Amino acid sequence: MDLTFTEDEQAFRETVRRFLADELPQDLARKTEGGWHLEKEDVARWNRILHAKGWSAPAWPEEYGGTGWSPVQRYIFNEECADAWAPILSPFGLSMVGPVIYTFGSDEQKAKYLPPILSGETFWCQGYSEPGSGSDLASLKTRAVRDGGDYVVNGHKIWTTQAHWADMMFCLVRTDTEGKPQQGISFLLIDMTSPGIQVKPIITIDGSHSVNEVFFDDVRVPVENLIGQEGMGWTYAKFLLGHERTLIAGVSVSKKRIAQLKRIAGAERQNGASLLEDTSFRNRVAEAEISLQALEMTSLRSLASENAGKGPGPESSILKIRGSELQQTISGLLVEAVGYYAGPYELERFEDGWNEEPIGPDYAQGSMAMHLYGRASTIYGGSNEIQRNVIAKMILGL
Amino acid sequence: MDFNFTSEQQLLQESVERFIQDEYDFDTRRKLAGSDDGFSRDNWAKFAELGWLGVSFSEDDGGFGGGPVDTMIVMEAFGKGLVTEPYLPTVVLAGGLVSRHGSDAQKADIIPRIVEGELMMAFAFAEPHGRFNLADLHTTATADGGGYVISGHKAVVYGAACAGKIIVSARTGGDVRDSDGVSLFIVDGDADGLSRRDYRTVDGLRASEVTLDNVRVGADAVLGPVGGALPLIEEAIDYGTVAVCAEAVGAMKVLHDATHEYLKTRQQFGQPIGKFQVLQHRMVDMFINYEEAKSMALMATLRVDDEPAVRAQAVSAAKVQIGKSGRFVGQESVQLHGGMGMTDELNVGSYFKRLTMIEVLFGNTDYHLNKYAAA
Repeated sequence: MDLTFTEDEQAFRETVRRFLADELPQDLARKTEGGWHLEKEDVARWNRILHAKGWSAPAWPEEYGGTGWSPVQRYIFNEECADAWAPILSPFGLSMVGPVIYTFGSDEQKAKYLPPILSGETFWCQGYSEPGSGSDLASLKTRAVRDGGDYVVNGHKIWTTQAHWADMMFCLVRTDTEGKPQQGISFLLIDMTSPGIQVKPIITIDGSHSVNEVFFDDVRVPVENLIGQEGMGWTYAKFLLGHERTLIAGVSVSKKRIAQLKRIAGAERQNGASLLEDTSFRNRVAEAEISLQALEMTSLRSLASENAGKGPGPESSILKIRGSELQQTISGLLVEAVGYYAGPYELERFEDGWNEEPIGPDYAQGSMAMHLYGRASTIYGGSNEIQRNVIAKMILGL
Repeated sequence: MDFNFTSEQQLLQESVERFIQDEYDFDTRRKLAGSDDGFSRDNWAKFAELGWLGVSFSEDDGGFGGGPVDTMIVMEAFGKGLVTEPYLPTVVLAGGLVSRHGSDAQKADIIPRIVEGELMMAFAFAEPHGRFNLADLHTTATADGGGYVISGHKAVVYGAACAGKIIVSARTGGDVRDSDGVSLFIVDGDADGLSRRDYRTVDGLRASEVTLDNVRVGADAVLGPVGGALPLIEEAIDYGTVAVCAEAVGAMKVLHDATHEYLKTRQQFGQPIGKFQVLQHRMVDMFINYEEAKSMALMATLRVDDEPAVRAQAVSAAKVQIGKSGRFVGQESVQLHGGMGMTDELNVGSYFKRLTMIEVLFGNTDYHLNKYAAA
């Protein structure tokens, strides 16, 4: 057993670090650091830069444009990206539907959809949740009825992140109402410009627009947009949820945020001294850092078993639970650190071209925005209650 | 021991609660929060007409002779409506200071105008690097002729934009953080040399950075003893804290009831989600937290008129409880509402944000825990 990285791995880290120093646009890094919601073009720009280097989808098999890196190299890459405040790429194409397409899709589907995902030319969104189907996803009601060479889709999706950016949606639809609910579900790729689709924004409590409702009114989707077999959508969806779970813990980003928290608390004054000299505050920062270490070691153990060829198992629920809780703890401490300046909140602050002096310290408002939007992290991607059910059933056999 | 309201207090509670229910629904409140002032001047006139602006002032000063319990009744109901009108800065903070420590002339000038709804006020006590230490003041007031010249930067002053008068804490002597040498001044909102940067706050209110650049005031602007005002400020902040504790209890009640209802109606896996034991226990903990918060807010309300040491410890204890309960109830309400709790459209997020800011206001949980432990 050994916790140090090999010489090759360290050399790899240097290569990544140099690339980021040369190629990461500083305006994007500052926005990421400040906790702003990025614009579509911000994300697309960084995607293009990574794609030009061949690094936009490290985890994909090489034959589809991946890097061939080991899981440890991917881990190092993520850590360096977080350390440089690189924007997070849109996960829906690169981390979610891409792997589904290269694993279950036809050759035509692979040729058509994978290259523009890699380049960041097409953006995707995920059509899963419905107003009546959140945690109980298998109860979804959006119907797809076969009519000649098309499916005709009717229904209503909700919490669809980046639907207003997306060119395409991967969508769970009901093609059969008989039998167990999971059995009648199919996985369709839907062109967001199709007639009959309406995207309606949902503004979240931080005041931003990230999520949407999507309405389908007799939307015609060609049969060739079905992934795999009709009725097998639940299997593909589960595959997708289990994919790249080691990254869901957000260890690298949380590590960077804790460093930021210490810097901010070091600059904040209390009775003339640094807030970090306050024992109770400092102890809570230390507690967060220790939780982070536990999370990091747990992810590394999971990574090692992935390295040994074992796929991610239900243990990934541990990473999702603790990772999301830790993000919320850190953003809570960031907000607490700024005292009264947690209050001022003007949405114009986050718009491009805003160049007035910030009210109070420049990091205050982004901390609050992160804190508010971050409440969603224990809800989305399978709520933490559902993740605990998974552990209870799948690991503990209760 | 008596936990009953007087008949006047019952009438007050009925009238404020009825106003919130009938005239302050969430959509109305959203429109007000987004308007230019951030609140309604018509509502303010109505508050005056119904006597709510004078409820805590003595009859000699032109008020109606109520006390902390009456303020609690108003603030708890306002918490249920997330009222944005500047009651806390005008009546509780500034009005309270003037009524307790103002000269006869100051009281005669100010209190009747507050009661009539003609004058709004703010209290500028915080500074950019002072955090929650009320004596950590860089703003100075220098004696000049018969009056004073004030210069400095006051941070996050709620209600300053609409305030006809702002009470400003400043140093007339001593070093930064000394207990002695702190004074209070009643400054006109439009005084020469006073400038404001107004902004919205995350909980739907309005605050300002207030800069004083050689603002001249007369000797009659001094409120309380020159150089000895720190105890007055601490007392005013304690009264303010008790008031926001009551406001938080009202906000928690709304979240509690909304979440309770949601658990009974939201169906997943073929049954109301409230049938799942893990969610039942979370709801139970929200209920317990609400009850504890209500108890502690009441305790502090009943002790805030006591001698300073008793008052301060009771207030800190209540603020710690409200901080913890408010955080739990706020966060769990969002979580148990799932995606709906994250939307700007549903009221839950707005209550969560107000509770988040109440935890900060007048010293956060850490601050009051330390203060309680040190007492």
